[in-house]
Amino acid sequence: MSSSADWRPHKYLPLTAAERDEMLRLIGRASVEELLSDIPAGVRLRRTLALPPALADGDLLAHLRTLAERNGHADRLTSFLGGGAYDHHIPSVVWHLAGRAEFYTAYTPYQAEIMQGELQATYEYQSMLCELTAMDVANASMYDGASAFGEAAVMARDLTRRDEVVVSTAVHPQYRDVLRTYTRHLGVRVVELPHHGGITPPAALRGALSGNTAAVMVQSPNVFGCVEDGPALAQAVHDAGALLIVGIADPVSLGLLQPPGAYGADIVAGEGQPLGNHLSYGGPYLGMLATRQAFVRRMPGRLVGATTDRDGRRGFVLTLQTREQHIRREKATSNICTNEALNALAAAIYMAALGRAGLRRVAEVNARRAHYAKQRLCAIPGIRPAFNAPTFNEFVLRVPVDPQELDARLIDRGILGGLPLGRWYPDLRDGWLVCVTEARSRGQIDALVEAVATVVDSVAPVSRS
Amino acid sequence: MTDKDFPLIFEHSVPGRVAASLPEADVPDVPLETIIGAERLRTDPAALPEVSELDLVRHYTRLSQRNYAIDVGFYPLGSCTMKYNPKVNEDAARLPGFARLHPNTPDSQAQGALELLWHLEQMLCEISGMDRVTFQPAAGAHGELTALMMIRAYHDERGDHRTRVIVPDSAHGTNPASAAMCGYTVVTVPSDARGNIDHGALRRAADGSVAALMLTNPNTLGLFEEGITEVAEIIHGCGALLYLDGANFNAVLGVTRPGDQGFDVMHMNTHKTFSTPHGGGGPGAGPVAVKRLLEPYLPVPTVERQGELFRLDHDRPKTIGRVRAFNGNFGVLVRAYAYLRAYGPLLRQVSEAAVLNANYLMARLRPYFDLPYDRVCMHEFVLSGRRQKAQHGVRTLDIAKRLLDYGFHAPTIYFPLIVDEAIMIEPTETESRQTMEAFAAALVRVTEECATNPELVRTAPHRAVVGRLDEVAAARQPNLRWRPPGAQGRGA
Repeated sequence: MSSSADWRPHKYLPLTAAERDEMLRLIGRASVEELLSDIPAGVRLRRTLALPPALADGDLLAHLRTLAERNGHADRLTSFLGGGAYDHHIPSVVWHLAGRAEFYTAYTPYQAEIMQGELQATYEYQSMLCELTAMDVANASMYDGASAFGEAAVMARDLTRRDEVVVSTAVHPQYRDVLRTYTRHLGVRVVELPHHGGITPPAALRGALSGNTAAVMVQSPNVFGCVEDGPALAQAVHDAGALLIVGIADPVSLGLLQPPGAYGADIVAGEGQPLGNHLSYGGPYLGMLATRQAFVRRMPGRLVGATTDRDGRRGFVLTLQTREQHIRREKATSNICTNEALNALAAAIYMAALGRAGLRRVAEVNARRAHYAKQRLCAIPGIRPAFNAPTFNEFVLRVPVDPQELDARLIDRGILGGLPLGRWYPDLRDGWLVCVTEARSRGQIDALVEAVATVVDSVAPVSRS
Repeated sequence: MTDKDFPLIFEHSVPGRVAASLPEADVPDVPLETIIGAERLRTDPAALPEVSELDLVRHYTRLSQRNYAIDVGFYPLGSCTMKYNPKVNEDAARLPGFARLHPNTPDSQAQGALELLWHLEQMLCEISGMDRVTFQPAAGAHGELTALMMIRAYHDERGDHRTRVIVPDSAHGTNPASAAMCGYTVVTVPSDARGNIDHGALRRAADGSVAALMLTNPNTLGLFEEGITEVAEIIHGCGALLYLDGANFNAVLGVTRPGDQGFDVMHMNTHKTFSTPHGGGGPGAGPVAVKRLLEPYLPVPTVERQGELFRLDHDRPKTIGRVRAFNGNFGVLVRAYAYLRAYGPLLRQVSEAAVLNANYLMARLRPYFDLPYDRVCMHEFVLSGRRQKAQHGVRTLDIAKRLLDYGFHAPTIYFPLIVDEAIMIEPTETESRQTMEAFAAALVRVTEECATNPELVRTAPHRAVVGRLDEVAAARQPNLRWRPPGAQGRGA
């Protein structure tokens, strides 16, 4: 079972067998095996790992391309899928810059003086996120929108010393699942408030609030694409002494919509993927977390701050680290360590590329094209909007055919249709969530409308009313 | 901003500039007030930077040049496994079939992605000696939390309400923090004189109230727990489960398997062991592997195979639920898959080389530093700078900063907490002997400077783009964002 016999060259392994032997000699060891002698014999693996044989790069890429091409990705099918991840155009500059090896092969900037690039970029990301949401402070990122949402509930409990959160059923169901998982063992009670007409009803909300309510958690735009009445919700929540936590399904919407900070949100916890990050089958994405200045010391996750060196030169460091697990251990605000720094960098480059006017324009095109698609789809006999509340770039339709059947027929026509909502909302078995971003052209929208009309006509001509 | 400062992107801003081509709506014009409602429309645009595309490119290119990275130089950051990140893995993750795949795509249209995950699970089971894997956790600490929740669900189902989790004093801070997030009380157990967990203390702590022991093996001293079999017996003997923090898995691939050591559950850090880039702090991925007894509690969804078809299983009655949206950090997992396929059974040589490099570098440096635990090390080792502190008044922090002047990233310092003035060094298997020699020579030279010119070391770095930064001021008066000129605090 010697290791020496099968030491072979590999492009990631610089030590040659001759160097290995020389190094062993210099440290007075007979074999690599001797270096492993602290491992008890009883737990040693006495065979070679049963792994598939090594592939050279050419074969490896060919294999991966074969797997990749078996997927109905958004370059192969015209996608109208949203529901938590959004297919926006990503300017070429974003990943040419975020993809620079000096960024992506770096570690957490623990040695600040040689990591000013990463630290400054993160400070700029935090600043842009604050501008986008109109909040005071933002952290350097969380894992994703859903986990940020869960952590925000824990933060609210710690801030208010109350132990109940009220969450709207218009919040993405997966976010609510994560919220329950994150709070289950921390004595936080999660109460669901039914949506009404696709939005969270402020009047009913007042009835759901009590002296135990730490926070009310909504999303805007929410899982139905509807824009909530933020000011009315904030008023109700603050009257009860609770905090308003706002998730944002698609932050591009904030180019056009009143930001949560403008109507009094206390914590913003949403998904940052739409800001320059690939769909990538669900990750890596980034959780956006922003809050009020007064709450910053209860915030989880890394924060970058500006400071100076001994010559008065501006520089950036990781700061307020006494909140974090490597200092505070079990008393930390969270256990989070690794975050989504590279995705936050891409988000920052995306925001800077679009800029003040560009973000508004992109948001506007989303809203206009989605509105156009909604009007045209609703003109098809048997199809109607599920809700009347205003929507941004996605909307729920009630369709006269099984939405899964509809999607299957559309795939035959090269279209990845909407998201069937029945698995999450039993009263929306005919609910179909359609997303239209600026990346879908008018021609693609017209093709969708034509295909849907054809399928509806062929599958369910009798169900029209 | 002073003339010595490197500008912020906001400071390049000129009203009216834009760095992206902006689309036209190209649909019939409907007033936005009709679509959204006037009261919901933003009145005060986000004050994002206004720059041209070339401004943007130069700004971020120059920022990147103010960064240290593996592709720039040696990164001996103990406990972080800063190995080379293969380029082919980047190409793999960027294939449109992966990068452009929507997470809500029906399983029938995601067969390639699901097949990749299914095979990755098989490989990780083989390497770890476990039975099932979840890909949901986004990072190591997320995996810890996920694993502890499964452990809790396991005990709860048996009506066995256990309240405590044991953590060694050498553990990563994430361990106790994860236990607290799962509602557990943390019990800390000391290490013994050889750097192993103290069996006597462990026996005293292990009773019917203990849900699990969270152990890192090799531990954070870079030492293999020689009594791992007895540890497993003690823990299982009191009805608790044994959890492996897989941060140091790089030391033992193909040499020993956690499942064979008696661990019931572990997380892996793909961004350490399986070469996926750290991205300046993330993303990572923290797959959790479990023995059969914990399988019912895996988070949803899992990846299942039925004949030639693959699917996501959301219907698992005993699941702990979701720990994030969608299907895990898939793009990271593609890279890990590519890495494993590039090695195959040769993976064992990764660990052998990592262990050899660490022992070689340890031997090279041992004459110059205290070595608190004088044993054969695994993939990393921990020195102490207490000699330099006592003799020359130079702290480990100063030595670390001075190393930056010689073009190296510093080792991990002041961790693990049980070593005074700790200097934790992990070379990894992808570094050559020549690189390690150059690093050792630089570190030795710094120790000489501690004697000959301690002030030079205490005021380092001298060759970085900024001098030593005032962290105390940063924390006392936090400046966490740029504000538009003239703007006051808003929203608070």
